[in-house]
Amino acid sequence: MSETTGVEMRIIPDRLRSRLQRAMRSWEVLLVAVAVGVFTFNSLASPFFLDAWNLSDATFNFTEKAMIAFAMALLIIAGEIDLSVASIIALASTAMGAAVQLGFDTPALLLIGLGTGLLCGAFNGFLVTGLGLPSIVVTIGTLSLFRGIAYMVLGDQSYGGYPSSFAWFGQGYVWWVITVEMVIFAICAVVFWIVLHFTQFGRTVYAIGNNPTAALFSGIRVARVKFTLFLLTGLMSGLAAVCLTSRLASTRPSIALGWELEVVTMVVLGGVSILGGSGTIPGVVLAAIIMGMVTFGLGLLNVPGIVMSIFVGLLLISVIAIPRLLGLVKVRLT
Amino acid sequence: MNMLRSREAQLTLAIFALLALVAWRFPAFVAPGNLAAVFNDTSPLILLALGQTVVILTRCIDLSVAANLALTGMTAAIINVMFPGMPVPLIVAGAVVMGAALGAINGILVWKLTIPPIVVTLGTLTIFRGLVFVISDGQWINAHEMTDAFSALPRAEILGLPMLSWFAIAGFAAFVLLVRYTALGRSFYAVGGNPSAAVYAGISPGRTQFLAFVLSGAVAGLTGYLWVARYQVAYVDIAGGFELDVVAACVIGGISIAGGAGTILGALLGALFLGIVKNALPVVGISPFWQLAISGAAIVIAVIANGRAQRRAGRQILKRDGPKAEGAR
Amino acid sequence: MSTVAQKMAARPATPPGGVDARPVLSLRGIDKQFPGVKALSGVDLDLYPGEVTALVGENGAGKSTIVKVLTGIYKPDAGTVSMHDQPLHLTSAQDAVKAGIAAIHQETVLFDELTVAENVFIGHAPRNRFGAIDHEAMRRDAAAILKRIGADINPAVRLADLGIASRHLVAIARALSAEASVVVLDEPTAALSAHEIEEVYALVERLKEDGKAILFISHKFDEIFRIADRWTVFRDGELVGAGRIDGVSEDDLVRLMVGRHVGQVFPERKSTPGAEVLAVKQYAHPTEFDAINFTLRTGEILGFYGLVGAGRSEVMQALFGVTKPSSGEVLLDGKPKTIKSPADAIEAGIVYVPEDRGRQGAVLGLPIVDNVALPSLGALSRGGFVKMAEEYALARTYTQRLDLRAAALDQDIGELSGGNQQKVVIAKWLATKPRVIILDEPTKGIDIGSKAAVHDFMAELAAEGLAVIMVSSEIPEVLGMSDRVIVMREGLIVAELSGDDLTPERLVREAAGYGEAA
Repeated sequence: MSETTGVEMRIIPDRLRSRLQRAMRSWEVLLVAVAVGVFTFNSLASPFFLDAWNLSDATFNFTEKAMIAFAMALLIIAGEIDLSVASIIALASTAMGAAVQLGFDTPALLLIGLGTGLLCGAFNGFLVTGLGLPSIVVTIGTLSLFRGIAYMVLGDQSYGGYPSSFAWFGQGYVWWVITVEMVIFAICAVVFWIVLHFTQFGRTVYAIGNNPTAALFSGIRVARVKFTLFLLTGLMSGLAAVCLTSRLASTRPSIALGWELEVVTMVVLGGVSILGGSGTIPGVVLAAIIMGMVTFGLGLLNVPGIVMSIFVGLLLISVIAIPRLLGLVKVRLT
Repeated sequence: MNMLRSREAQLTLAIFALLALVAWRFPAFVAPGNLAAVFNDTSPLILLALGQTVVILTRCIDLSVAANLALTGMTAAIINVMFPGMPVPLIVAGAVVMGAALGAINGILVWKLTIPPIVVTLGTLTIFRGLVFVISDGQWINAHEMTDAFSALPRAEILGLPMLSWFAIAGFAAFVLLVRYTALGRSFYAVGGNPSAAVYAGISPGRTQFLAFVLSGAVAGLTGYLWVARYQVAYVDIAGGFELDVVAACVIGGISIAGGAGTILGALLGALFLGIVKNALPVVGISPFWQLAISGAAIVIAVIANGRAQRRAGRQILKRDGPKAEGAR
Repeated sequence: MSTVAQKMAARPATPPGGVDARPVLSLRGIDKQFPGVKALSGVDLDLYPGEVTALVGENGAGKSTIVKVLTGIYKPDAGTVSMHDQPLHLTSAQDAVKAGIAAIHQETVLFDELTVAENVFIGHAPRNRFGAIDHEAMRRDAAAILKRIGADINPAVRLADLGIASRHLVAIARALSAEASVVVLDEPTAALSAHEIEEVYALVERLKEDGKAILFISHKFDEIFRIADRWTVFRDGELVGAGRIDGVSEDDLVRLMVGRHVGQVFPERKSTPGAEVLAVKQYAHPTEFDAINFTLRTGEILGFYGLVGAGRSEVMQALFGVTKPSSGEVLLDGKPKTIKSPADAIEAGIVYVPEDRGRQGAVLGLPIVDNVALPSLGALSRGGFVKMAEEYALARTYTQRLDLRAAALDQDIGELSGGNQQKVVIAKWLATKPRVIILDEPTKGIDIGSKAAVHDFMAELAAEGLAVIMVSSEIPEVLGMSDRVIVMREGLIVAELSGDDLTPERLVREAAGYGEAA
């Protein structure tokens, strides 16, 4: 630093570590290790685990939730959150059920499911970006509102009678044990991976999450991007509603109750910072698979669903708490 | 004029308008006896809204209150079944302590690990609810299993009002005193209104938030006992989703989700408003299934209204007095 | 000029012989270092009972740092603070309050939702015999304090319902409620009307009568000479002079303040302004600025000088589309242009390097390369896909031009020093190939080396034909870099200076409004 006259230009290398080195130190590698561990444990704990058809069934534990989690990951990276996703499923499913009663067929049902999701997302997006309201409260409100509308329509009744072709989304197989939902999940994973990591849009999402003011000052139309993300989350909730309704072949207003929690947990477990600004799609994919396998494994061990939710809650808190605890210990030591 | 602008005055007017509307077709609804019944029915919501208010005042939110209520209520019922001889006041005190301890878990995570309150309480919500299943093994505890003394307390009448109502009234009074006359009460406003300035005034924001969660938990614990004893039944799903009604009552009552603004009276009125709507629905012939949507719509509308009220003007640099500057404000 | 400065500086900071008063509070040899910047070096300060000491200096001279040291917010790296000859350890704001040091900050730290009385007494409210807050006593005591300072404010109203002036008075009342022996007033009249300013003066007189030692920070010479007993001048974080007010003139103070700044050399540049690029006509905002008219030519550096809060940044942010002006016209190359958002401004070729680098400029947490590419993403993408090789190429080109010091382009910008962060922020704007670049306090809080690099670079840009607006509160920078300087005060343009008119004295006078009085 003795000479600061920039006569000879310094060359700054592009990368500090190679991409491989960087990847090796990432959260995702840890998740892969956890996934392998869970897989091994399950195989040893239950003789029914290592069966192609059982494993195929197990994927239903996460495919629908993961579809929403991809969009939610983008939303949380951008510094917002949508707690109304499970209620959007209820409302979209109710809308499809009502359409069935009016005699609509599968293509129309698909459009109605996705369209309801989009509308709900637009409503959330308008309240948050148009009126500048905090997304947590807004979506707690719409969480009640959307599911409330489903209850208004259905009460203690349910819709059924879905056309047999509609069953393809949630019950169909593409080849051998490969379900339609798995394929949708895979396509969504790839699309969101590309969008977040390789496009202009993805860059702006990270920039907004790290510093919305600086992003605005850099010419990014922040409100527009956030609105798009709410739309996308609504759309993916609509897609999940199509799959879930097709799988269950019926609609009750209590459908997908409490899913918002599992979706948020999936995203956070996948390494997305709850405060926004960082996270990856591969991380969310791994988190989805881990959560699905844990749930499936516990199910094979006859652990009831509500007890599993304890694990989900503990997972959510400890994933955030443990790094901070370690940080606190580190500060104490130095 | 100024009176009318306050949220409390507007809500009072809205409550009277609502009562008048219902009374117009169903005069029996506003008979004193029925109003007392409506108040008694709303008492748990009032109690929880009081606790939630101090949490929201400090810029946090507690979504675990209903699960806390269920866990504490179930524990109280199980203890009653296992030790029928245990005096009820001891059970009540135990419920308060247990609720406070559950609240302290939330508070510690928010204070010491600075995890966002929404994440903490979403997590503890499911954990607490799951634990209700674990301790009860999914079984119901019914009226005949509980002792008479256990279930009599909330129903005992003093001056024509059941004890449950008196608990709500006492809770309201206690929170008004707390918020007005104690340093802790004022620091809830200071921490929520301006955390960095609170530090200058020697107030620790984290510790204050922790105490708010403990209070909210204690109230939820007490309400857990009252709820189970009043309805003489305990099961896994009691008060499921009730946290949303509680948040709705606070938001309707004008408690700003951004922290630092709102009154205990507002929370009471917000809870009463929701309670009256809830009780009036069956009377006017609307399905009770509409209730969730109405709560949701009320939250959304209240959030929009609060957001409007909190818009701030830009900074004043121009010195010019007179009509132009005035008009611009 | 230098002789005066030397004479002044040579004078001891301790009281001149013959005065019996001993200082209440003494600071000796205070050092404070921030990453890349020395904010205070070896500063002494004495405050005497019943006397007002005026602290003057340019922006960045270290005034607010010394206030933060006094109020326990910053811990000095070296030096001692003593009160009545007893050493004082200020490790928190609480310690300072307990020691009897009260400060009224530029941005008053108060609570909107609490009443005036509660704001006065928060942290030490009177209690009744049950241990509860005694609202009646609190209101009574607050009313007494407010009356003592001549403030006609009802202690029972909410703070949110008060105007700025009344809030200041509440902050002063709060300071007095804590039984302070030392009162720090940090530009207490900055946002007040003439009538309210009189009230503050009267208040300061009363504080003097009560025997308080007062540190009074101000940019306004008329008020310094009206109420101060002593003066102290800081420059570049050093004490350059102190003494009794009756032995000094306004001109002396101005000279000391602007003096010759050490270690700053500005690039030689020959200015050849070309065609007019930007013209702003009758630009106005409801509360921030009015009647703004100026033009800007290619190859020109136009300085904007004024006190902090004069409305300069606000005008620039309106030009950049962040805030909405109420009226006025912006002409780009003679054609009217409507700018509604920063995106519009960037498209039109106007870019803005903000003053608040951490909040508005750099996206901390993202790599350097992403920061540089951010406003150019559209140009770097095809079909929405970012071409990463070009992204790195762009970042490499522009960071090298600015002589950035970094380990790698994928390093988090937050790990860089302030000066290098600023280079990245400037690089990101250059990459958009703008026509007009607005730099708001471009060298604030960065080290000398980076400062020089930024200055050289500005000169280079102007030479290449870019039109440059530089908002700066540092007089040497304004003088050393600008072709022309516009001075703003209280939201209005008060002077446009160039050539022989462009002197430090003139700048200070126009900005402070003291030129009019003279």
